[in-house]
Formats: sequence, C-alpha cells, structure tokens
Amino acid sequence: MQDSMASLSVSPAAAGGSCFAHVQQAPEDPILGITVAFNKDPSPVKVNLGVGAYRTEDGKPLLLNVVRQAELHLVSDESRNKEYLGITGIVHFNKLSAQLILGSDSPAIAENRVVTAQCLSGTGSLRVGGEFLGRHYSGQKIIYVPSPTWGNHLKIFPLAGLEARTYRYYDPRTKGLDYEGMLEDLRAAPNGSILLLHACAHNPTGVDPSQEQWEGIRRVVREEKQFLPFFDCAYQGFASGSLDNDAWAVRRFVGDGGEVFVAQSYAKNMGLYAERVGALSIIVKEPAVATRVESQLKLVIRPMYSTPPTHGASIVTLILSSKKWFEEWKEELKAMADRIRSMRHELFNALKERQTPGNWEHILNQIGMFTFTGLSKEQVEYMRREDHIYMTLDGRISMAGLNSRTVPQVADAIHRAVVKFS
Amino acid sequence: MSSISTISLPTRFSGSNLLETSLLPNQNSLRFRVASFPATSRSNVAVHVRDNGTSFSSAGGVRRTRISAVAKETGTSVSTDSSFAHVQQAPEDPILGITVAYNKDPNPAKVNLGVGAYRTEEGKPLVLNVVRKAEQKLLADKSRNKEYLGITGIPDFNKLSAQLILGSDCLAIAEKRVVTVQCLSGTGSLRVGAEFLATHYGGEKIIYVPSPTWGNHLKIFPLGGIQTRTYRYFDPKTKGLDYEGMIEDLRAAPSGAVVLLHACAHNPTGVDPTQEQWEGIRRVIREEKHLLPFFDSAYQGFASGSLDTDAWAVRQFVNDGGEVFLAQSYAKNMGLYGERVGALSAIVKGADVATRVESQLKLVIRPMYSSPPTHGAAIVSLILADKDLYEEWKVELKGMADRIISMRHQLFDALKERKTPGNWDHILNQIGMFTFTGLNKQQVEYMTKEYHIYMTLDGRISMAGLSSRTVPQLADAIHSAVVNFSS
Repeated sequence: MQDSMASLSVSPAAAGGSCFAHVQQAPEDPILGITVAFNKDPSPVKVNLGVGAYRTEDGKPLLLNVVRQAELHLVSDESRNKEYLGITGIVHFNKLSAQLILGSDSPAIAENRVVTAQCLSGTGSLRVGGEFLGRHYSGQKIIYVPSPTWGNHLKIFPLAGLEARTYRYYDPRTKGLDYEGMLEDLRAAPNGSILLLHACAHNPTGVDPSQEQWEGIRRVVREEKQFLPFFDCAYQGFASGSLDNDAWAVRRFVGDGGEVFVAQSYAKNMGLYAERVGALSIIVKEPAVATRVESQLKLVIRPMYSTPPTHGASIVTLILSSKKWFEEWKEELKAMADRIRSMRHELFNALKERQTPGNWEHILNQIGMFTFTGLSKEQVEYMRREDHIYMTLDGRISMAGLNSRTVPQVADAIHRAVVKFS
Repeated sequence: MSSISTISLPTRFSGSNLLETSLLPNQNSLRFRVASFPATSRSNVAVHVRDNGTSFSSAGGVRRTRISAVAKETGTSVSTDSSFAHVQQAPEDPILGITVAYNKDPNPAKVNLGVGAYRTEEGKPLVLNVVRKAEQKLLADKSRNKEYLGITGIPDFNKLSAQLILGSDCLAIAEKRVVTVQCLSGTGSLRVGAEFLATHYGGEKIIYVPSPTWGNHLKIFPLGGIQTRTYRYFDPKTKGLDYEGMIEDLRAAPSGAVVLLHACAHNPTGVDPTQEQWEGIRRVIREEKHLLPFFDSAYQGFASGSLDTDAWAVRQFVNDGGEVFLAQSYAKNMGLYGERVGALSAIVKGADVATRVESQLKLVIRPMYSSPPTHGAAIVSLILADKDLYEEWKVELKGMADRIISMRHQLFDALKERKTPGNWDHILNQIGMFTFTGLNKQQVEYMTKEYHIYMTLDGRISMAGLSSRTVPQLADAIHSAVVNFSS
C-alpha cells in the first residue's frame, strides 16, 4: 500500500531523466578561481597575485630546504609504515604544535588543559572546531567574524552548525583597524558568543591590532562579554619573521586562564600547502574537561574522514623535534617574511616614483602575505583585462607573488587603473 | 582590595593549608602563605585567586619561596566555569578502539584481529614494494612542488581511478558522464557524497544500508544530512545472504531512495551476492524502485585477487546506463591507509549534468578541508599510469589476497582438527578481509580476556591479521569460547 502511495510522485529516475538535472552550475571559488583564470591566460607577462602561496624572487613555488631534507629522511626510513594514525593524528605532532603556538612554557600545557588534534590544515581545523562547537558549546552558537574576512570562513561555520555574523574591522578610510567600531559591535553581541580572531596578518586586509588594542579587545572578550575566542592562525612566523611575536595575541588570551580555540596551519610557514597539515587546539579550564572534549572531537572527525593523512604531519614532527632543523626552518621562514617585506617597500617606492594619486602608506603598514590595496572592483577587472594582473575582486594582492621584475609592471598597472577610474 | 572573597587553589593547596593572604604594596601582586608547598610542584603552578572580579593568575609568574608564593595580576576572568564542563566522555570507537585496547595490553602473545589492516605472515604491516618505488620516484622528481591541488585533487588520479573501477573501456567515461573527485579515502568519499546528496538529490533523501554494515556508515550519512534505514542482509542461520529478505526490504522502500551497496567483500560479514543475485538486486533497483545505488568499494582486488572480478557488480550498474555514486578507497589494496587516498565518482545521465555536479561538489569540499592531500594520491597516480608498476602492483595485491585465502583454509582446518562444535564452512565461503565468525559478545570478551585475541564485539575477525603462527592460538581461543559459552 505504502509503495504505491510513494510512487505517485514520480521520481526523476522513473521518468528516465537524471536525478541531478536540476543541479545548477556553481560559481568558481573566488580565490582559487583566480588561479584557474590565470592558468588559462596565454599572455607571457601575466602576474598571479591571487592565492596566498609564497613565490621566490624568480616567481617559483618554494620547497623549503628543511622540508626537502625531512621528507627524504622520512621516505628513506624503512622502519616506517603507512598504518592508520589514530583519529586525532600523530601524538608528537600535536604536542609540538601546541608548544609552537602557545610556547613550550605554557602553563595551560603543563596543567594538561590543552587538547590538540591533527587536522587538515587551517580549513579542516576550523571545520572540526566549528562542528564540535555546533554540538557542544553551552554558550551562543553564533560566531562573529571580522568584516572582511577570508571568504571561506563564511562557508565553513554555517555548515558546521554555527550562525555567522560580522563585526566591524577594516576601516576603508584609514585602511587600518576600525577599533571603536569593533568594540562597539562586540559589546552589542550576545554574551557568550564565539569570536573569530585572526592571530596575526589578518587575511585579506593585513591589518592587525596593536598590542594595546589587543588588550582592549581581550578585556571586552573576557570581562564584559564572556566570548569564546577562536583564533585562526595561518601565518605564525610569516607576519613579523618571528614565531614568538606572531603568537603574542594567542598567548595573551591563553595566559589569562580563559578558554580558547586555535586553528593552526602549516601551509604557508612550512610551505606544506598541498599536504594539508594543521592542528586544532582547545584550551579549557580543567584537565578533566580536556579529556572529555578530546573524546568528543573524535566523534566529529571519524565520520568526516576517519583519521588524518600522515605524510605532511610527519615532516612537521621531524622538523620541530630536531634542534638543527628547527633553527634552519626559522631562518628560511624569516627569509620568506623578509622578502615579502622588501616587496612592500619596492611597491610603495614604485608608486611614489610614479606619483600615483592616493595615499599608499598602507602598503607598508599592513602585515603578512597580503595587501588590501583599496582598489575597486572596476579597477581590479581593468588590471586583469589590460595588464594580465590577477588578484581577487576585493583588491587583495599577495605580496608573495611579487618580485623585483614584476613590481614595476604592477605599479604601472595600478597607476593606470587609479588614473582611469578615480 | 579589602578582603579576599574566594581563593580557588589547586586541591594540593586546599583551604586548610592556606595560612594567610595579603595584597602586596604595588597592588598588582597577591601573596599567600601555605603551611606546606608540595615538593613535587613545579614553579609554574596554577593559582587562580578571585577577589570581587579581579583575578590573579600564576600565568603572570609565580615566584616561590619556601612558604610563600606570589601571583601577579594578569587580568580578569569573571567566571571559572568551563563552557564545556557538561561535555560527556564519548565511548571509544568500536573498531579503532580495539587497537587502542590492543596497544595497552602488555601480553606478548596478543593478536590484533580488529581493524582491517593487512599483516604479513610475520605479523608486520606491509608497505608495498611498488609503493616504495613510486614514493622514491616522486621525491626524485625535481619539478615537483607542494602547491595546493585544485579542490577536486589530482586530475590524472581522478581519471585513472575512474578507469580502475569502471574499466578503461567504460562507455560512461567516454560519454563524459563520470565526474570523479579525489577525497580522503573511503570515509571522506562517502561523507562528501552524502553532503552533496543531502543538498542536491532529487529523490528521497534516505539511504538504505545493509544490516549489518560498517559502523561508521551509520554516523557518516546522518551527519551528511541523509537519514539512514537498514535492509536485511546477513542471515545468521546460514551465515550467508538473506536474499529474499533483502529484496523484500528494497521493495518496501520509497521509490527514489538511495541504497548503499558494498561493491565486494562486504564489511563486516564477508558475504557477497552471487552474480545471479546481483542481477536480481539490480532489476529491483532500476526497474521497480528507481533507487540511486551508492557503492562503497574498499576492497577492489582484495576479495578475489582480481581487480576486474571485484569490480563486476559496480560495472553492471554503470553499464545499464543508470546513475551511480561510488566511493573508492586505496587504503587496503595499495596499503596506503594513513595517507588517506580515495575518490568519489558520480555517474550521471548527461555530460552537462556531470559538469554542474562537479561544480557543486567543490562547494562541499572547500568548506570541509579546501583541497585534498597530495602525497598518497600522487603515489597512486604514478603506479596506475606506469605499465610496469601497475603489473607489479597487481602481483603484490594478488599475493595479499592469496595469503588471506590461505588463512581461511588454515583456520577452517584448525577448527576441524579440534572438532570445534558448529558449522565453520562460512570461514571458507566468506570473501575478503573479514570473517563474520558468528561468535557472540560474551564469547568475544572471553577470547580477549583469556587469550588476548582482539576483535570487534560483533564477532568480526580480520583474516589479514592472522598468520600461520597465530592461527593455532585463535583456533584454541574459538574452541574454548564455543565450548564454554554455547551460543
């Protein structure tokens, strides 16, 4: 009886058609789609300032020496195998990752209040953390993200079960932080909400709070609003060239004894992009809570991908646990950060030389891989069409994609675009 | 500050131990005296002291003298309650938890027959020779880098994976009706497929899974947004397929629902339909119920030793022109477990549909982990694309499948020798990595306790975990369990 009732609504398959005929073409990912378009462009002078992947002065991807050495060691070690990791990944990797971001002398670690799970780079850490919060957070299941933020944040959290809202962050007039607006919006949010903070080198703007501003934010978070801070840390070591400096804000929040979520990525600072290496750390108030939280994290991960991939995290573990390689890594990391900073100076100087209209100080003030140029959508599209310069439509350029050869070309293009569409 | 309202110290500094507190002249440091400071304390002891909202934390630094300690004010946190205090301890995963328990067992005679990971005759994990070769080749290639893959992974990998399961002469591939995306092994492929179907499937968003099935299926699909129901599958009386029950349950399902099928080597039972039964199943699915088949293929090549034979059922369903979803894993057949290599294929009616489906699959993957890991899939691509490596792989794969089959014979013979009560033919009849022994929970727990044999509570044993050395031990354990606790 039930069967004939059900078949009154004829399924697409019954009618001979596809069950997916109605599926719409999705637009290309705004960031990754830039590279797709760039690759299609036949122009020999094209420049890709889209995705945040480091390039050398020769415009090539960089495999860190220390990564190359560690990987060789890994693959040559016949005693290693490819058995399943545990659900939360390599134990040693997790410990070292927590130490890296929190400091090896962190009381939270000593007190066993930190649980760390190896995840798939930053995205995976955010998604697992988000899903855990969607299920278990006792506060408001709303996450406040800065405006603007990395586009994927706005996709990850709703799918994880959290409502995403924004707080003012970037001030287009100063091309810096809208500190008052930020605090106002935080104060207006419901107590106990979740607050997404970029640990350093804010993506896409490159605008970070000063230490004083961080303290102001922290006091609102802890004393007034009891927010749960969720740090996205994708650039530790990349922003200033110093691992400890770039971890300052995270450590402040962990150091005050409150609870914190941290998503760590090794994509940029170890150049391990495609190996998908990251970690989610949850710092809670009691070790007993940490144990239970870890057990529940496994229930999030197991039905998503069972266990994380071993290769990249094994490389990181080798590097972080070897005094020699750790020092070598710090040097290579600083060199990348320094080259990016020198590109800032070169671009700034080039625009000054050309007397390009506008204030371009923000190129020097902003931090990390990206500059939020302030160019309009029109100007960006013009630069793509006329000069084959590729960047995201919000005017964000990856400084890592620049070199001494392309700076003049990009400066010319910016100049023309600014003059044409003031 | 007039008086200390509450002091919460770690229990080793409990109330009676606290002698006095005072605020130091600089107003930023609190001194407290305790009767005794445990010798085992580190200087980084956590001290949280609250006074009307001002908190002092040792995170700011504790300087300890013999009887007094000073905690500096570092800031204020009003509440000491964790936002996660209510979180319950979750039980260990029923399958992966077996390995956790096994690892904790100090007994040298322990045997792990829990998780389906292949072991050699020496009881060791196996990295295939062909995998080592491919890995070396990969590293030697100076042109390689670690740049982000596209959201759907390595294009060659996807193409070769589709060819592997569907056959390189597959019409659906030629007609561009197959979209394949690299995912994280079988689990990742199933989860991405589930989330896609939950958003886009035009039929009933219910998936029917066999009873029993791999436990994780029942977690993956609901989290992906698809309701799960079961269909009869294993017949405990025959220890074979309950074909009539299965067909009945499929007929009772709503038209247009999704049905999960194990491509071969059903997990956990090892019971597969015959070709004739597969045809009967296919006709019900296609002609009567218009169900969408979702194949889970984790053992291609492992079941029979032949890649093509093990792909037979999947190919029947694809070659009838209907739509199919398919999750492939390279964990077992390439021994790439920890590298998480797999692929989700959607075979649809129309190349234009395939294009649109691919674009929407990206929207599922990007907010989950952005793009898949490169290493394992790069190894697979090398092996599948190289004629010599491919042939070598097939030989090693057959070697693994043959060893498993010989373990079946050895265990069967050992139980016969011992005249263990019961019919043990199913050990020979079941296919693939696992045997569904028919042992009950009580018997399993007994075997773990007395004989240090680790297996899942449903009586499933991984034949891949056996060797000539451990078969007698297992046979003894089964015999003892069966005799002591009749089912």
